[in-house]
Parts: sequence; C-alpha cells; structure tokens
Amino acid sequence: MLSFLVRRVLQTIPIVLAVAFLIFVLFSVIPGTFASSLSDDGRSIMDPAVVERMTKELGLNDPVAVRFGRYVLQLAQLDLGTSFRTRQPVTQVLAERTGPTLQLCFAAMAFAIIIGVPLGFIAALKPGGMVDTISMVTAVSGLSVPKFWLGLILMYLFALKLGWLPSFGYGGDPRYLVLPAVALGVAPLALLARTTRAAVLEIMNADFVRTARSKGMSEGRVVRWHLARNALVIVLTTVGLQFGSVIGQAVVVEKLFSWPGLGSLLVDSVTLRDIPVVQGAILLIVLFFLFTNTIVDVLCALIDPRIKYS
Amino acid sequence: MSSAPLLEVENLRIDLAVGGNRFAAVENVSFSIGRGETYGLVGESGCGKSITALGLIGLLRPPLSFGGGTIRFDGREIQNLPPAAMRAMRGKRIAMIFQEPMTALNPVSPVGRQIAEMFVLHEGVSWREAERRAVEALASVRVPAPERRVKDYPHQLSGGMRQRVMIAIALACNPDLLLADEPTTALDVTVQAEILDLIRDLSAAKGTAVLMISHDLGLIANMCRRVGVMYAGRIVEERVAEEVFRAPSHPYTSGLVASLPLLGARSRQGRHRLKEISGVVPPVTAFPEGCRFNPRCQRATDICRVNDPAITPLRNGGVRCHHHE
Amino acid sequence: MRFRANLVIGGALFATVVIAGLLAPWLAHTDPVLDADLMYAEEPPGSAYWFGTDAQGRDIYSRVLYGARISLTVGIVSQLINTVIGVCLGLSAGYWGGWWDDVVNGLTNLMLAIPSLVFALAIMAILSPGLTSLLIALGLTNWSFTCRLARAATLSLKSQGYVQAAKVLGYGDLRIMATQLLPNMLGPIIVIGTLGMGSAILAEAALSFLGLGIRPPFPSWGSMLSDARDQITTAPWISIFPGLAIFATVLGLNLLGDGLRDILDPQARSRRA
Repeated sequence: MLSFLVRRVLQTIPIVLAVAFLIFVLFSVIPGTFASSLSDDGRSIMDPAVVERMTKELGLNDPVAVRFGRYVLQLAQLDLGTSFRTRQPVTQVLAERTGPTLQLCFAAMAFAIIIGVPLGFIAALKPGGMVDTISMVTAVSGLSVPKFWLGLILMYLFALKLGWLPSFGYGGDPRYLVLPAVALGVAPLALLARTTRAAVLEIMNADFVRTARSKGMSEGRVVRWHLARNALVIVLTTVGLQFGSVIGQAVVVEKLFSWPGLGSLLVDSVTLRDIPVVQGAILLIVLFFLFTNTIVDVLCALIDPRIKYS
Repeated sequence: MSSAPLLEVENLRIDLAVGGNRFAAVENVSFSIGRGETYGLVGESGCGKSITALGLIGLLRPPLSFGGGTIRFDGREIQNLPPAAMRAMRGKRIAMIFQEPMTALNPVSPVGRQIAEMFVLHEGVSWREAERRAVEALASVRVPAPERRVKDYPHQLSGGMRQRVMIAIALACNPDLLLADEPTTALDVTVQAEILDLIRDLSAAKGTAVLMISHDLGLIANMCRRVGVMYAGRIVEERVAEEVFRAPSHPYTSGLVASLPLLGARSRQGRHRLKEISGVVPPVTAFPEGCRFNPRCQRATDICRVNDPAITPLRNGGVRCHHHE
Repeated sequence: MRFRANLVIGGALFATVVIAGLLAPWLAHTDPVLDADLMYAEEPPGSAYWFGTDAQGRDIYSRVLYGARISLTVGIVSQLINTVIGVCLGLSAGYWGGWWDDVVNGLTNLMLAIPSLVFALAIMAILSPGLTSLLIALGLTNWSFTCRLARAATLSLKSQGYVQAAKVLGYGDLRIMATQLLPNMLGPIIVIGTLGMGSAILAEAALSFLGLGIRPPFPSWGSMLSDARDQITTAPWISIFPGLAIFATVLGLNLLGDGLRDILDPQARSRRA
C-alpha cells in the first residue's frame, strides 16, 4: 500500500514540473507578455528608464534556460514573485484567497455527492421507471445549463424575489455559501447521478451478484455486502475527476457571486495583466487538482485491491 | 436412501420476453432427482439447460420469467413460494455453482469472507467463528495452505482454485441439492478432472444430490447415473447413462454420441471427417413446427413436421420421437 | 425506446438553433450591433420587442438570433480543431509507439491535469480577446479524450488481420492509418465530438461572460449575460433569453450525443455516464 502511495506521488512530480514549465513558457517567454504587462497596466505609462531597470532586476533579458532555472528555484523556495498590482508577495495574495475557494468547492461537491449518488442509485433500481426517467432527464439538463445563468436565475429567485438568501458576497454566515455552491454543484451532481446509475445497473447484473443471490442473501444484504464496494470505486473515480472540473468552473461562479476566491482572483489578474499572480494561481489550482486526484486514487486502491497491482 | 424423490419437476415452462412477446424458452420439461443422486442434463449451448437450473433455484430475472409447471422439492411445491421463503431455501437447501469462476466471485472481497458469509447468513454464527469454519471449508475442497488462502482475493487465485472456492461456498451449509452449471467448461482439461472428482467425492460424503449440467456427453456419462438430453427447450430423451451411449434412442442423441471423437474410430470406420449434426440450434423465437428437431433429423418424415411428439416411456426413461429406436 | 427520443429531441433542438443562426439576417428585426435606441432601453418583452431590450436599447431577440451564429461557429470549429489534434496525436501514438507514444502520453497527462476552463483562460490571457483567439484557445483545450480514445482504438485494431494484410500489401503507414484504422473508430469519435461541441459552447459563454471571450458589442450569448447581471433587479428578462438559448443548444447537443452513442458505440451503452 505504501509503495503504491509513493509511486503515485512520484508520478505527479513530473506533471507539476511540466505544468510549471508550460506556465512559464506561456507567460514569460512569449514575447511581450511580461514586459508589456509591467508597463501596460492601463493606469499609467511608466518611465522607460524604470521599465529598463525593472527588466534588468527581474532578469528578463537572460536566456530562457537561466530564467526557467531561476523560476524553478524560486518555486522550490515557495517564492512566487510579487504582484504587479498590489506589490504584495504572490504567496500572500494566494493564501488569502485559498480558503474561500476551498469552502466553495467542497460545499459544491458535498451537495453533488449527497444528492447525486443516491439519486443515481434509486434510478438504477427500477430502470425505465418514473424516478429513473425523471432523474435522467434532470441530469442531462443539469449538464447542459450554463452555471452562471443558473446562478443568475437562482440569485433572482431566491435573493431578490424571495429574499431568503443573500445574492452575493462572502461572510462568516453559511447562507452566503448556498447559492454559489448550488450553482457550481449542479453539473457534478448530474454527472454523478448518471455515473452511479450506470455503475449500479452494470453491477446488478454481474455474475458475482448472481452468486450472492444464490447464497440466499436478501437484496439489502447484496447491496451492502457486494454491490456497494464495487460501485464505490467507479463513483469515487468520477468524484475525483469532477473535483477538477469544479475547481476550474469555480472561476465563473466566483466572479458572478463576488466570491473572494482563487477563481475571481485569476479572472481579475488576467484582466489587469498581473502576470505573477496569474502564474501562481494557475499553479496552485493545478496542485489542488493533482492532490485530490492522488487522494481519490489511494482511496480506490484501499477499496479495490486489484488496483494496487496495476 | 429414502425412495421419495428429492426433486420433482413437472411440465416446467420458462418464458423469454423478446420485443413485446413471450416465447417459451423451456417447455414441458419434467424430470426427477432422487436423494443423493447425480442427474445429468446435457445439450448444446442454447438448449435451455442453464435456464432450467436458474428456474429451479428461483433466480430467473427479466427478460426470463417462470411460465408454469410444478417444482416439488422434498415434497413441497416451491414454484410459487413468496420471495422470502425461496430465499431461505437458497444456499441452505439448494445451492448453485456457475461456469465462470472469475466473474462469479466478488472481486473486492477476500475469498475467506465470501465463504464465511454462508455461515453468518444461514447459521447465525459470529464472523470470527465463520472465518474459522471458512478455513475448514477450504481444506475440505483440497486447497493447500487454506489458512493463508483465506485472505486472498479472487484475482490472486487460479481458475481451478476459484472453482474450489465456489464449491466450498455452495456446500458450506450442506444443501440437499447442488446445481452445477457447466462447472468445468472454463477450466483447463487437467483441472477439470480434479474438480469433477471433488464434486463426486463431496456429494457422496454429504449425501448431496447433484444436477450436473454440461454440453460434454463424456463428462455427463462419467458423473451421472441418469441423463436427460435437452434440445430446443425440451427434454428429448431420458435414460440411464450407459444406455445413452450404448443404445441412444432419439436421433439427436445418436448424433451427439456419433460426433464424439473416439480414438481410432476414423481409421476403424474408414471415416476422414468428424461426424457432425448438420444445421444449427433454432432460436427461441423461431422454433420449427412439429418436432423441433425435424429440420436437422435424418429420420424425419411428414408426421414429424406437423406433430410434436409426446414422450414415449421406455425402460428406464423415455423418449420424445416418432421414430425412436 | 428512450434512446430514440434522445436523437429526435436533441436533433430537433440543435437543428432549430442552426436554422435560427443561418436565417438570422431574415428573421431578426434589427441589426444586433448598430440598432440601439436608448429611448427604449430596458423595455420588457412585448409586441415590438419580443424578448425585450437591454440597457443600450438593443433588441434582445435579434441579438439572440445572431448570437447563435457565434456560438455555433465556436462550437463547431473549435471542436473540429480538437478532434483533428486528438486523432492525429492518438492514432500516431498508438501506431508507432515508442518515444512518440511516451511524448503524447505525457502531453495528454499534462492537459488532463489542468482544468480546461483555466487553461482556456490562460491562453486568452496571452492572446487578445476576439473570435479567432477564442477558437484557438478552445481548440487547444479539449483534445485529450479524443486522443486517448484514438490511441486505445489504434492499439486494439493494430493487430487485426486486415491491418496486417494491408502492411504486407505494401500500404504506407499514413495510408493504413487513414483507410484501415480511422474509419473503424469514427463512431466513438463522432459521439465525443458532438458532446464536445456542447462543452465548447458552454466554455465560450463562460469566457465571454467573464469579459475574456467575445467582447461587447458583439452579440455573444455569454457577454449578453454579463451585461445582464447589473440589470437583474430592473430588467430580469435580459438574463433569461440568452441563457435559455445556450441551454437549448447544449441540451440538444447532449441529447444528440447520447442518442448517437447508443447507436454507434453500443458497448458504452451499459456504461453510460
């Protein structure tokens, strides 16, 4: 088990490096992005001499390899540079925004899992029945609806018309979390419902379930002792994948609801061309995703012993 | 041995729903098995033998369904039992082993636990006690080092081992009847013999009756006292094993026996090709009119194409043919 | 026969949107960009303005119609780019194997590690906003699944008899890939392509909503919704219709994709997710 864990973690390292390299290439190497952003933040035109000095300071004229080496070294020391806009260290800026994003993503996934998985399960028990058809139609709709539009409608209905929930903003009050989490969570919910349904249907008709029934087990026991674990692996894998999607889609939902997380930070920084923050935010988001994926893989290996040996 | 048969099946019918219609996949099937007796059901793929077994143990699922007839087990009619009552019988009085041991075992559960489940389910013992007895069960099916094997997962075992685990599970609670659906078909030839010996020895020791299902006539003749030959959902001949070989009565049985490759037969009889039965098994949705075997039968005459023959009783059995020998 | 319903309803929805887009110049009442009458700003839906007007006094109905052109263009073209990239990389990786396969696998893993919207955002950050940049950005984000699929299909088809036969006959590698391998994996590729178009349209809408895609005053459904947010208390109808259009289009594509999957990829039917 331990060797599996170590192997998985080692596998992620090259990916992290590759992502870092990609980000570096996109933003630092492609001519004009860095330098032009220094002088082109839209507020004022900087004195060319100052730009020249900053360029030298940041070593922007050095060869690419050297710059990448320096970049990696800085990363290893957890130094992500300084924000152009606020002159704060990027790490600090990111740290402030991480909490809200994590809250939102976990809330959305929790919402998706708590409703989506049982829904898919119930739908599978009577395929073709009322519950099944309704839930699958709802699921496909949930996958097709643009999150920010759903957010707008929810905002209109529940905040403006009914006044039950605040329409945007962030505070200690969990009520602020509801609308954004729902808007973000609908798509993963839909996908989880569909995946769970498919997994349960497939397993229900599997040979080993037939064996279990031939032992004289009640359906309830069959589900608990045999079906659950097997379906869990498939569901868990989907949860892992969906988490990544949620982290990415959070960008839009955060902006809509003025949620002060990494997503809205990313969008603002892109608009304001605050490159170090953009680089840092993307790197952090990818790290989160890889981390959750590794956890999911380990959980799956715990449940299904065949995975360890692959 | 008590003389009342353990299992009596009369005019069993099992339906298959295709499109919006129901077709009788198995029809007019009647046979009986005595206590401790090993009865064989033989026929080509698609003749309905597996479905019959599933019907006996009450595991028919859509699109298959019970279509009529009587199943009497130990004197009691069980075809219409409420699900809970039927469930109580499964595993405890009637057990089943299947063809594909790899897929028939739960891949994420250790085999010891899958055997132990039987004891917890039917005898209400604690898990600890059940796991201990699982080790004994593994030993009884001749698995070496059972105390270590108990923790293994199915994918870590060979095909033969997995089938032994299946047998251990099935016989754990000493059922009266074991339904064995092609238990060796998916195994290597060398392992087949071992598994069959195991089944024979255990059923003899415990007095378990066995319904042995196979398409292998030789295997059936070896293991079973009486044999039922199935074709297109019907039993077309029922005889004592030696007589099936020595003097097959139904043309289909003759064809099956003749197609067995015997060492030296070709040189002795001057034949160069294996003898086959021409044609293919008809699909459930399109059984021929009259006798179902008539399109492939060399003895077929007009009456065969029109009249579905009833069973003619013979010494030690019966046959369903207008032109039986 | 639920899967037939998928095809019919999905196809009908999608076809409606396509027709609306194609016939926009004739069906629209006004010019979507230029006709702006501030006198009639924020009018609710009525007989003159079927969907109402927005804050600049533009007719929403006409803008939605023209918006179909943008969304469909983005969806179709970017997905086409994705498919081409994915098939080329996957086919060649599966066929030739070796170091090229390793490179492609590494690239695919890299792409799968970055959430697609984030990646598209990053690319749009470098390129200036506009249709072409959007096509490039979206065209580069979604090829991983097609690549994996093409690679897996190639690996399993590679050892088939007819491929070996073609080799013996002296067919060149490219010819084999194009004539023997590609046609046999079209089914699943079409399915992924259809579903991918839906994702692309959603992504374009999201990016435009954020101000990083199609910029106003062009009538992208996404940017229309971005304007709508500020008017939500006074003119909620501005929010409804563009979003509804996105929903209908993507729903149509998803249903169509599901329906096609049932026909073209029957193995996946039981594992439908």
